[in-house]
Amino acid sequence: MPKMALSHFEMAILFSLLTSVALGITGKTGRQEQIRYSAYCFGSFVLALFGLGWLMYFGHR
Amino acid sequence: MATEVKKEIAVGEAAARSWFVPVLLTWIVPGAGYFLIKCPVRGALMGGMSLLMFLIGLMMRGAFFEPQTGDLLTSVIYCGGWVSNLANGSLYFLAKAFGYNAPDVAGHVVDYGTKFLVGSGLINVLAMVDVFEVATRRKS
Repeated sequence: MPKMALSHFEMAILFSLLTSVALGITGKTGRQEQIRYSAYCFGSFVLALFGLGWLMYFGHR
Repeated sequence: MATEVKKEIAVGEAAARSWFVPVLLTWIVPGAGYFLIKCPVRGALMGGMSLLMFLIGLMMRGAFFEPQTGDLLTSVIYCGGWVSNLANGSLYFLAKAFGYNAPDVAGHVVDYGTKFLVGSGLINVLAMVDVFEVATRRKS
């Protein structure tokens, strides 16, 4: 089994992407709605990622 | 009128009976239940997401949870993690059967791998709920 080593950011983005697609498929019906909801979930994940990242940065200063 | 009511009851009973096999199949092989209820695209995508996440978790050498009790937090994390791992169905049992064992090392990659393995199981739980809703016609 090949080994995979990514940075924190890359792994969080990958996790967000896969989860967003799954949430979009199960959360909405209709192709357009699903795509829109997946994009919304992914955007929210990334926003939370950056927000919490900066919060932890300033919390550790 | 009475015939229509009888017909509706029969349809309702058939729908109630028909959800069990697709949901069970989705647990055993992620996404497979969708094919049984004739939603192949949805099945391929959900199965693919679950499988991809599981494989990435294995490649990161993530650990499987074992049920462990103690204080409340320990019980919730370890038992919940174990149930989520079990939700992967055959993927979990195959990995165990082939002797997958994560090395006991600390690090962010292994930690993320463990989360990916749990996340994969949770995606499969979402898929099972979705299959149930589609099979019982609560959702199109």
